[in-house]
Amino acid sequence: MKLSRFCLLFITAVCLALPASAFAKPVTINWWHAMRSARGEVAAKMIADFNASQSDYKVVGTFKGNYDETMNAGVAAFRAKKQPHILQVFEVGTQTMMLSGAVYPVFELMKDAGIEVDWSRYLQAVLSYYMNADGNLMSMPFNSSTPIMYYNVDMFKKAGIAPLSKTEPVTWDELGEITKKLVDAKIAPAGMVTAWQSWTQIENYSAIHNIAFASKANGYKGLDCKLEINNPTVAKHIERLKSWADDKRFMYGGQKYQGPKSEFIAQNAAIYIDSISGIAKLKKAVKDFKWDAAPLPIEAGTKPQNSIIGGASLWVLNGHTKEEYKGAAAFLKFLSSNQMQEYWHKETGYFPITIDAYEDLKSKGYYTANPLQEVGITQLNRAIPTEISRGLRLGYFVQIRNIINEELEMVWNGKKAPQKALDDAVARSNTQLATFAKTYK
Amino acid sequence: MIKRSFFKSRYLPYLLIFPQILVTLTFFYWPAIQGILQSFMLSDPFGRKSTFVWFYNYIELFTDPLYLKSILITFVFSLATAAVSISLGLFIASMANRALKAKALVRTMLIWPYAVAPAISGIMWLFLLHPSYGVVALAIKKWMGIDWNPVLYGSDAMIMIVMASAWKEVSYNFVFFMAGMQAVPKSLIEAAAIDGAGPLRRFWTITFPLLSPTFFFLTVMNIIYSFFETFGIIHTVTQGGPGGSTNILVYKVYQDGFVGLNLGSSAAQSVVLMSLIIIITVLQFKFVEKKVQYSG
Repeated sequence: MKLSRFCLLFITAVCLALPASAFAKPVTINWWHAMRSARGEVAAKMIADFNASQSDYKVVGTFKGNYDETMNAGVAAFRAKKQPHILQVFEVGTQTMMLSGAVYPVFELMKDAGIEVDWSRYLQAVLSYYMNADGNLMSMPFNSSTPIMYYNVDMFKKAGIAPLSKTEPVTWDELGEITKKLVDAKIAPAGMVTAWQSWTQIENYSAIHNIAFASKANGYKGLDCKLEINNPTVAKHIERLKSWADDKRFMYGGQKYQGPKSEFIAQNAAIYIDSISGIAKLKKAVKDFKWDAAPLPIEAGTKPQNSIIGGASLWVLNGHTKEEYKGAAAFLKFLSSNQMQEYWHKETGYFPITIDAYEDLKSKGYYTANPLQEVGITQLNRAIPTEISRGLRLGYFVQIRNIINEELEMVWNGKKAPQKALDDAVARSNTQLATFAKTYK
Repeated sequence: MIKRSFFKSRYLPYLLIFPQILVTLTFFYWPAIQGILQSFMLSDPFGRKSTFVWFYNYIELFTDPLYLKSILITFVFSLATAAVSISLGLFIASMANRALKAKALVRTMLIWPYAVAPAISGIMWLFLLHPSYGVVALAIKKWMGIDWNPVLYGSDAMIMIVMASAWKEVSYNFVFFMAGMQAVPKSLIEAAAIDGAGPLRRFWTITFPLLSPTFFFLTVMNIIYSFFETFGIIHTVTQGGPGGSTNILVYKVYQDGFVGLNLGSSAAQSVVLMSLIIIITVLQFKFVEKKVQYSG
């Protein structure tokens, strides 16, 4: 009796004394993401590759629903102190995440983990969206896209319009003539249609023409910023779209992409503006006509800036051990390797985030075989981002986009004049921004 | 004589209702109090920073013209939904009540839509009425020449969500009206028929007044339904658009709180919503109920 108890004590002591690593299981790193179906499978493959590549860490990916649901799950988990190590958050949540005090900035994480990263070898227009005011990277870009313009080649041919260049943007005036030809000749029921109107027609339009979307360098330099989209240039652009809407050169297909996309596929509209992630969708869905892509139009006589990105980035959350952070850092490093970025880019159409991966793909002739995939990258890289074109950093950005959507819809259905709608959008957004600033004061 | 039970112990009744009280406290009162407290604060979603701001959230709400519009939209929407679903339910019930063959089958088939979840109902109506890919929408655009476009026009969008919400509720109303009609004494109707009253006359002077308790109950239930449970329909069909024209209160609470992470404003909106529904129900019981005839 006494002996057995002694034995038990002895075994326990030995167990405790043994270095943990002797039978250490790999350290688990939890990653909550919003990647569904095809993209989810690609993400799962990347995780599996990482886990197979080493034995110290094991990444567990969990699909948490769409972007808002994933962010909410992260917020709720943080409050309950059960947060994952890595959380994928969409670009509009960037400001909230930065101010949350709940994140471990990626540049510090990498430094602390002793991993050297040459940030200059990343696509700057992508990185700049997730940098703080000092130019340090707060979260790791993961899936990034930018809007481009798709067009119906068959309709263009029928109207005798030359195919558009993949690198040199047409001007809005030229686009007006093109759409006029298409509509007047009754080749297309409507000229153009756009998905995500706030993102493509106001956010990107402003960035490309280097016009401030909001004061304080689009909010990068302080919470007390104000929206400035009621400037004459943007107002003129919206007015133009409204006049196009009246003579069918523009049609409104809804706030998201589903409606506009189906108008393009049904050949109700000859031109369709949407994210580069549309390439894969159109490839799958379009069977009965030829289509191609071109960069977004610009105003005549301007030198275009880079367009801005949409998508999501990976945030590392506070409250975990040093060992786990090492694993998270290793995983993020692994994700930005050439092999992973090329795989990700080829499978999903999202940008490769490093210049190395892009150049490697180029040298392998990938873009000669898939010229569509390069349209977005060229547009994104055609200029060094300025303080204004690098991105947007606004509180309650979800609400602001909603407000812009609502006001634009009132323009399209004729309830408000363009200038009035933009003024109202600015006034309403500014109350949101003021409330946000008050929350974090 | 009414049968009554007596407990020997004074404490046993309290013990017996204790579980229910506990459930109500934890799942209703506690969150409600949390909500009220939250509505006086501005806090960041991660819960690291909260400032007490008195009525700031309420002032912001009621100075926002769109919030007041949202209240109006909610009333228009719920009254329209209740009116459509109750009148259709009543009509179908009175027809089904007269059906001679396969009464049970007809009844069962008519109850089915109630089993459909609101979100599914919304998606189905969207597939019928979406201007780009809706089968019915394409048909009415082509053959009737109507410029139907709920993606662009607020009134079309409102019609669409009222249809989707009412369609589901018709079955519910149908069941209650059906049951109510079965309880109407046959002898009264037969006597009226002998006196020469036609079917319509019999309906309006006998059946309808006797159905008034059911009618009252259904009005309350339908309004509560359209205030809260239509969320799934709005979410799948319009997301509050176009131009905020179908942004009912409960959807705005979700958009601001869950998607936009403005917890203070969202909590204030919930409190307003709760007060509204309390007021409506009290008013209904106070004024409408007086006119209800509970016995023939």
